[in-house]
Amino acid sequence: MAPASRRAGERALIPSVAIAQLVIVGFVFVVLLTAAAGMVYMERKVAARIQQRMGPTLVGPYGLLQPLADIIKLAMKEDTRPKAADPILFALAPIISAAAAFTAFAVVPFGAETDFFGLLDQPVPLQIADVNVAILWVFAVASMGVYGIVLAGWSSNSKYSLLGALRSSAQMISYELSYGMALAAVLVLAGSMSIREIVDAQAGAWLGFIPRWFVFLQPIGFFIFMTAGVAETNRAPFDFPEAEQELVAGYHTEYSSMSFAMFFLAEYINMVAVSAIASNLYLGGWHGPLLPLWLGWIWFLLKVGFLLFFYVWMRWTLPRYRYDQLMAFGWKFLLPLSVINLLATAAGVLYFGI
Amino acid sequence: MGFELILFYVFAAIAIGTTLLVVVQSNPVYSVLLLIGSFIGLAGLYVLLQAPFVAVIQIIVYAGAIMVLFLFVVMLLNAPREELVTSGILESPATRTIGAMLAIAFAAELAWALNRSSTLAWTVTDVTRRPFSVPEIGRRLFQDYAFAFEATSILILVAMIGAITLAGRQLTEGARLKSRPAGDASRTDGGMAEGGRAEGGRAQL
Repeated sequence: MAPASRRAGERALIPSVAIAQLVIVGFVFVVLLTAAAGMVYMERKVAARIQQRMGPTLVGPYGLLQPLADIIKLAMKEDTRPKAADPILFALAPIISAAAAFTAFAVVPFGAETDFFGLLDQPVPLQIADVNVAILWVFAVASMGVYGIVLAGWSSNSKYSLLGALRSSAQMISYELSYGMALAAVLVLAGSMSIREIVDAQAGAWLGFIPRWFVFLQPIGFFIFMTAGVAETNRAPFDFPEAEQELVAGYHTEYSSMSFAMFFLAEYINMVAVSAIASNLYLGGWHGPLLPLWLGWIWFLLKVGFLLFFYVWMRWTLPRYRYDQLMAFGWKFLLPLSVINLLATAAGVLYFGI
Repeated sequence: MGFELILFYVFAAIAIGTTLLVVVQSNPVYSVLLLIGSFIGLAGLYVLLQAPFVAVIQIIVYAGAIMVLFLFVVMLLNAPREELVTSGILESPATRTIGAMLAIAFAAELAWALNRSSTLAWTVTDVTRRPFSVPEIGRRLFQDYAFAFEATSILILVAMIGAITLAGRQLTEGARLKSRPAGDASRTDGGMAEGGRAEGGRAQL
């Protein structure tokens, strides 16, 4: 993925920043699609290894073309719709889900500013849009993603779908609060809401060898963010919306073919987005020892890759919680903890100038 | 500027079009969704007015938080169509007269506000004065308008406590009816949030 980032820029060959920006937009789109396919492969491989199996091996070398085969299989299937379903909303729901997942990535930077070796007149940031309310944007888009799931559950006109959708939205609304509080602690530390400025606030090192990443200042915040992130993306051990033993497949029970694939895509892109945001906010983004700044995207990819692996690892290691445990954990433990974390951070910044 | 003007018309068309459709069509779930579309159109207009913070808050608070609750209520009340009221208070001459008077008053107010906007000391698109940056909003809220801000907070707190008290009373009554131990609040709560409401609302479909 990473070398392609520079090639994509070089291919433009026109020293215009606007065109470079457009290229970056298209590039991010393609990379996210590829990353979703790659994540499907990684998920299956890691799951297999954890369960002492081989995973996909037949399609392509090491089974690498398995996602492609999956996509072809999904595209060839018949797109069914229950007779009593609401046709417009049933079609709209997966589109909302996938669009919200992509939109969150619009404010995520993935590398330092670069002029692609002098090809451009002025350096462009490796990012679609550097807005000064980026953190809130992430939050806003996350709250839009709920609609896709709720509408899918309701429009399917099936009780399993509706139960899954209700669970999912209750879960997402509950964990959004802790998620927001964890984000707020980071922006208090960095004094900015632009993710690029937050990343740049983490440049350098303490005592010469400890990188100034916010994870060392905000270990609790990082824990809260990752937990709430898992709940927001409906992944195990918080995958109640689709708890297959109870709800068949939850909100996407009635979906098939490409509309099912869109929910699948949305889930994996959400995972990539949460990991990318976490590595930007807590793990210093493209800042790291050893590599020069213009190679920073390698650090970024390593960090995102690690967090994604962690996601998959967790799914195949931890059993699912019970639903009331999940709610009690979110409201009675995570939310108070995040409030204390925010207050402590604010006090630290105000009185000790951290 | 030309590009921004085009964007203005696009967002304005979205906002007005979806708002009209909210009123015109009869499926309440569609109405809720169209209202969300209208809010997003408004958020776009806020961005064009150099107020990205207001735009994002508009999406988080209105399109995100409040409309999710609306959607839940509409879905769980399970009203697939609005019934056309042909008699009763909505059709009485008095209602029509008052409605028409309100509409005229609103139109007059709108005309007055639009007329006044040209005499303002500065325009919102003036980049040199940006009252909408986040630190500036915070400063104004906690210094110039601290009293109003805190009063609003207390109002919201009171409403919140009221809502919790009302819901809590129903919960304990329900628990007593089912002869469940009233102290086991977490289990009752979980059951309400998950199974109880969902099945109750959906059973009629």
